[in-house]
Amino acid sequence: MNMSINEIENEIVEEFEMFDNWIDKYEYLIDLGKSLPKISDSEKTKENIITGCQSQVWLNAKEKDRHIIFYADSDAIMTKGIIAILIRVLSFQKPKDIINAKLEFIEKIGLKEQLSPTRANGLVSMIKKMKIYALGFEQKL
Amino acid sequence: MSDNSDIRNMFPILKSRVNDNDLVYFDNAATTQKSKEVIKELERFYLQENSNIHRGVHHLSQVATDSFELTRKSVKTFINSKFTHEIIFTKGTTDSINLVASSLGRLLKKDDEIIISEMEHHSNIVPWQLCCEISGAKLKIVPINDSGELDMIIFNELLNSKTKIVAITHISNSLGTINPIKEIIKLSHENNAKVLIDGAQSAAHVSIDVQELDVDFYCFSAHKLYGPTGVGVLYGKEEILNQMPPYQGGGEMIKEVSLHKTTYASLPHKFEAGTPNIAGVVAFKKSIDLLENFGLKTIKEHEDALLSYATKELKKIEGLIIVGTSENKSGIISFNINGIHHYDLGVILDKMGIAIRTGHHCTQPVMRKFNIPGTARISFAYYNTFDEIDRCIKAINKAKDMLL
Ligand SMILES: Cc1ncc(COP(=O)(O)O)c(C=O)c1O
Repeated sequence: MNMSINEIENEIVEEFEMFDNWIDKYEYLIDLGKSLPKISDSEKTKENIITGCQSQVWLNAKEKDRHIIFYADSDAIMTKGIIAILIRVLSFQKPKDIINAKLEFIEKIGLKEQLSPTRANGLVSMIKKMKIYALGFEQKL
Repeated sequence: MSDNSDIRNMFPILKSRVNDNDLVYFDNAATTQKSKEVIKELERFYLQENSNIHRGVHHLSQVATDSFELTRKSVKTFINSKFTHEIIFTKGTTDSINLVASSLGRLLKKDDEIIISEMEHHSNIVPWQLCCEISGAKLKIVPINDSGELDMIIFNELLNSKTKIVAITHISNSLGTINPIKEIIKLSHENNAKVLIDGAQSAAHVSIDVQELDVDFYCFSAHKLYGPTGVGVLYGKEEILNQMPPYQGGGEMIKEVSLHKTTYASLPHKFEAGTPNIAGVVAFKKSIDLLENFGLKTIKEHEDALLSYATKELKKIEGLIIVGTSENKSGIISFNINGIHHYDLGVILDKMGIAIRTGHHCTQPVMRKFNIPGTARISFAYYNTFDEIDRCIKAINKAKDMLL
C-alpha cells in the first residue's frame, strides 16, 4: 500500500525540521535535484516543456494501475530539487488525490517563495499541469 | 573614492537587511535606487502643490505647472538640447521609442528601411517590427561580434538611400558595450537617415550632449537615473518633431477641437496627451540635480574603477565566462559559470543579501547569438563600493561550492 499524499508531506516536513540554516536546506535541495533521474533529450519536446522566464521545466506523465507516475526535469538545479519533492508527493497517487492536493507542506518547509509566480521558474505552471494531467486521466478512467 | 558613505547615506534603502545580511544592490541596470531628496520631493509635491497642470488659472495649478516645467528646463541643460520644447515627457524609454516608431512610422513607405542591431533591448525591437508591419518598411539588423560589439562594416553596408531610421542603443543592457554612436549618427546622416538612440543605460553613466552628437532622437527613463518610475524623456530635434503627426490624442495636446477637425498644440504639448505623472516629473529634477552635483565625469571614473576591479576578480573564478568583453564597456557585467544555471546562482546570492539580475534581460537575440539561455548580471551605480564587490565574489564562490 502506497503512502498517502498527506503522509508523505508530513514525512518531508519532519525531514526539513532537521535543518536550522538555509545553507543546509539548500544543499539538500541541490542533492535532491542532482539525484532526480534526467529526462532524455528526445523526450524533451515542445509539448511537455514549461517555459519560465528563469528556468525551464519538462514534465511527462503516464498511468499505471490507476495511478499516475510523473517524470520531470529542469535546467536549473534548485528548480529540480523542488521538482524532486513534488514528484515524491504526487507520483504514484490516484488522480483524484492529486487534483485535491493542497500542497501546504511547501510553506511549512519554508520554500513558499520558490513557488511564487514572480519567480517565473516554471514550478507554478508545473503543478497546474500535473493537476491537469490528473484531471485528464480521471476522466478517462 | 573608497569611502563613499556620504553618498550611500543619501539612498535610505541601501541600509536594508535582506535575509539577515546587509543588502548589496547590483541590479542598477534594471532600476536604480532613489535618493532621499527625490522621495521627499514626491511627498512635498503632494502635500503642497498637487493639482493638474497647464489648465487651471488657480494658484496651485500655476505652482504645479511651474515645478513641472522647471524639470523640463533641467533636462534641457542636462543633455544640452537647443530648445526646452524639444524635451517631451513620456512614461519611460519604451514609451519614447513607441512614440517615435508610431508617429514617424506613419511617414514611412513600403520599401523604406529601418536599421536596428542584434544587441537591442526588446523595447527597441518590437516597436520597429510593429512599424514595419503597418508601413511595409523592412527591418535590417546589424549583427554583433563575439566580444559583443556592433559589426560596423556590416552597418556601413546596410546603410543606403532607402534607410530612413537607424535605432541603436547607446549602451547594451546585457553586454555593457558602449557603442560608437557619434560615428553611427554621422554615417546615418550621410545617408539622410534619422537616428534614434536608446539611452536607457547611458544617461546616468556617461555625459550626453545631444547637440554635439547631432542626434535626432534620444530616449531615457528617469527610474534608471535615481529618479521616479513612470517618467521618461524623449528628446527630438524641433524641426523633425514639428513634421511628425501626433502619437496619442486627448487633452492637453490640442489647440482647438471641433467634432470633425482638431488643430494641435505646439511642442512639446503636441506629444503629451493626457495628465502626465506630474509628481514624478517634478521629483525627477532632484535626481538630475544629484547627477550634476556628483558630476558625470566623477561618476564614470568611479564606475569604471568598479568595473575593472570586478572584472579582474571575477576572472579569477574558475569556469566563469564573461559575456560581453568589449574594450569599451560601462558598469555592466554579464557572466555564466560552467555547469551552473544562472537562476540557481541568483537564488543563492539572494539568500546572502546580494541582488543581481538573472535571465535574458529582455535581449533574447543576444542570448541566441551566444547560444545561452541567459546570464547572471551585475550592474553598478555610483553608490556601489569595492567592498560590495568583495562580498559578491565571496558569495559567488560559496554558491559555486554548493552547486557544483
Ligand atoms: C537598453 C534598454 N532599453 C530600453 C529599456 C526599457 O526601459 P523602460 O522599461 O524604462 O521603458 C531598458 C530597460 O531595461 C534598457 O536597458
